Amino acid sequence: MLENAWIIPLIPAASFFLILFFGKKLPRKGSELGIAAVGLAFVLALVTNVQWFTHVNDAEHKAEETEQEAVGTGHAATGESAAVVQEEPKDGHETEEVEGHHFEVQPETKEWTWFENGGVDIKVGMLLDGPAVMMLFVVTLVSLLVHIYSTDYVAGDRRYTHFFAFLSLFTASMLGLIMAKSTLQLIVCWELVGVCSFVLIGHWWEEKANSDAALKAFITNRVGDVGLLTGMITLFFAAGQTFDIATINAKALDGSITHTALLVASLALLLAVMSKSGQFILHTWLPDAMAGPTPVSALIHAATMVVAGIYMVGRLYGVFYEGLSIGVSSVNALAVVGGVTVIGGALLAFVQNDIKKVLAYSTVSQLGYMVMALGVGAWTAAFFHLFTHAFFKACLFLGSGSVSHAVHSFDMKKDMGGLKKWMPHTFWTFMVSTAALIGILPLAGFWSKDEILAGAYQLGGAGNYKAFMIVGVVGAFMTAAYMTRCVYLTFFGEFRGHGHPHESGPRIVVPLYILAGLAVVAGVANLPAALAPGSVELRFEHFYEPKAAYFPSILPVFDAPEFSWGIALFSTAIGLIGVGLAYLWYFKKAGPHGLSERSALAGTGYRVLQNKYYFDWLYTDVIVGATKGPIARAAYWVNQNVIDGIVNGAGRFATLLGRLTYKYIDQGVVDGAVLGSGAAAEEGGQIFRKLTSGKVQQYGALLFGATAVFAGALILFV
Amino acid sequence: MLATVASLVQNESSSGNDGLFLNQFLLLGGVLFCIGVYGVLARRNAVMVLMSIELILNAVNINLLAFGAMNNDVAGAVFALFVIAVAAAEVGVGLAIVLIIYRNRHSVDLNDVDAMKG
Repeated sequence: MLENAWIIPLIPAASFFLILFFGKKLPRKGSELGIAAVGLAFVLALVTNVQWFTHVNDAEHKAEETEQEAVGTGHAATGESAAVVQEEPKDGHETEEVEGHHFEVQPETKEWTWFENGGVDIKVGMLLDGPAVMMLFVVTLVSLLVHIYSTDYVAGDRRYTHFFAFLSLFTASMLGLIMAKSTLQLIVCWELVGVCSFVLIGHWWEEKANSDAALKAFITNRVGDVGLLTGMITLFFAAGQTFDIATINAKALDGSITHTALLVASLALLLAVMSKSGQFILHTWLPDAMAGPTPVSALIHAATMVVAGIYMVGRLYGVFYEGLSIGVSSVNALAVVGGVTVIGGALLAFVQNDIKKVLAYSTVSQLGYMVMALGVGAWTAAFFHLFTHAFFKACLFLGSGSVSHAVHSFDMKKDMGGLKKWMPHTFWTFMVSTAALIGILPLAGFWSKDEILAGAYQLGGAGNYKAFMIVGVVGAFMTAAYMTRCVYLTFFGEFRGHGHPHESGPRIVVPLYILAGLAVVAGVANLPAALAPGSVELRFEHFYEPKAAYFPSILPVFDAPEFSWGIALFSTAIGLIGVGLAYLWYFKKAGPHGLSERSALAGTGYRVLQNKYYFDWLYTDVIVGATKGPIARAAYWVNQNVIDGIVNGAGRFATLLGRLTYKYIDQGVVDGAVLGSGAAAEEGGQIFRKLTSGKVQQYGALLFGATAVFAGALILFV
Repeated sequence: MLATVASLVQNESSSGNDGLFLNQFLLLGGVLFCIGVYGVLARRNAVMVLMSIELILNAVNINLLAFGAMNNDVAGAVFALFVIAVAAAEVGVGLAIVLIIYRNRHSVDLNDVDAMKG
């Protein structure tokens, strides 16, 4: 299956076209096709995962065997080489400790030439390694659950078939992005998921707000695409005209690409990450994208598409690692962007009344964690967090969808409250996922977040990335507090809506339970060595971290963080304090309520948050407003002066030229020629008419005379 | 006549007095031709002009026969026969034209027939 994993994206791609063409004629309007395709893809992804595990273990055993063989032959050899062996354990001792990094696992690749252009082969193909295999599992699983969920959630929608068609297309493009072998293929799939996001956000485009949100998402992502293209083009030329991701990484790591080129490329690509993965300051589209149907938010704007940026960084990690000097510095652009996003997103989540927007800002904040983890060099932590976050955040989004299904609104303050009583299944799964998000031991979020914090504390150059660990801890505190607020407003207190809410049907509840279950157990995937027996420790790192020449793990500075009880307990305590304070504030109404009315400073802060740091105002009013007026005026001025001047001048010149032409060329030359030829013909005629006397004999005389002359000439000269 | 001329030329050529008789035939042709040309160019009477044309054609016929006899080839005689036939036809057409001119103008003077004057 490994070598044929490229089939997996083609299955949902085929189902996209089938649904589009035949969906409406089917009894379930095309949804069964989508579910079947994604279900098949999920099964194949599972098979791929299992075979990948075997593949990794085989590689490890082979590496161990060759190592033992080398040692064995060393012992059998003469005394001279025995001395060498004596020394070897000293070197070998260090490699032993980080042994996990030092066997190579070759990725499974496949490649086809798409077209050739000017000596450069444009190729498409598959680069199947650890992260790709992991993402295959996540994407197909979440997509499958979202498909099942959607059959209930969007039942009866007028564009039901269309909705499933685009879910299929999205799944196909995301899987294509995951397995992309070349940067060009990555860009194509990157844009495809962007298009699907656009279409699905604007699924109910009849409302202006929804179509505006779709446009905003699309256009904001275009800003990032400028960076994506710039970065990829830089890499293409820097790496010697190749689009191949593994080659680019390998060249970045072995120093064949200059540091400047890598820095430029990684900063440009960072712009793409900022737009796609909702990082400050290009995050503004992500909360607005909640205008789309909730399953879409869960699939695209929480679990999969928004992590494309993270995935891209992880994929080109050699470039970023070298370009931003991640291994040896203590601050870099990637970590700063991530850190700012962690705090900025979490703060905004406090003032949202729309449950999905709370979750959206939470997603922004959590994506910030991942970017920050990549920034500090904790690759595995970032991907592990991506892995766990996909489950609990998808569960939270689907839970919020379930709630809104019952109360027909997303407004927590107006239409929710006390839903614990009415919707027990949704409540419990939501609570579990919230706990996982906050990072309560032993749920999934605890392990992944802790690994990020440990990474920030331990990795990097002098002084490590300790500042970012503090950012992470503060983020954890705020996460705990805003989620407590969200849970309180939704499920506790008095019901403020209308009618009688009811629990959702099994097609909604079952996916919630599956995801909540994964939110509980996913952390087991990467249990730290300190806590687990050898056979289950750090399985995630073992199987999913690439171990080949294209990944920074070949560098001596690259390291994984160790588990630390101090950090784990500290961050958990901070999280619990966050929960406790929020509990006191919202449940017990303790503390200085109404502070924002009384204190000018607090009021200002609250207004800033309410207005989302004025980013939307900055973009639409200041930047767009400031540019469109002057641009219009400048265009008008250019129109009036330059273009009209050119046109008028051209007209005047043409008139003048016409007059001159008439006067001299037309009247003089042309008419002169015509009249002259006429006159010449007449004069000539007057001369020649004398010859035509009408006397036959005169003609005859001429004839004979001429013949005589020619005959004489013939005789004389020939 | 043809046979006579041919036998004469052949006899002469075989008798060793080479080209003597041939020259005389050619001279005869040339004289006839000049008389014909004079008639064509100088006579006012259209009928006389037609007769002069016949003289020219016959001058040509004599040449053809003379050369044909010299080369002991019958082709010259064949061409002469064709020329005679064509001349007969030409005279027929020419006389018909002259007749019509006479009918219209009561004159066959070529100086009067100058309707083509430019």
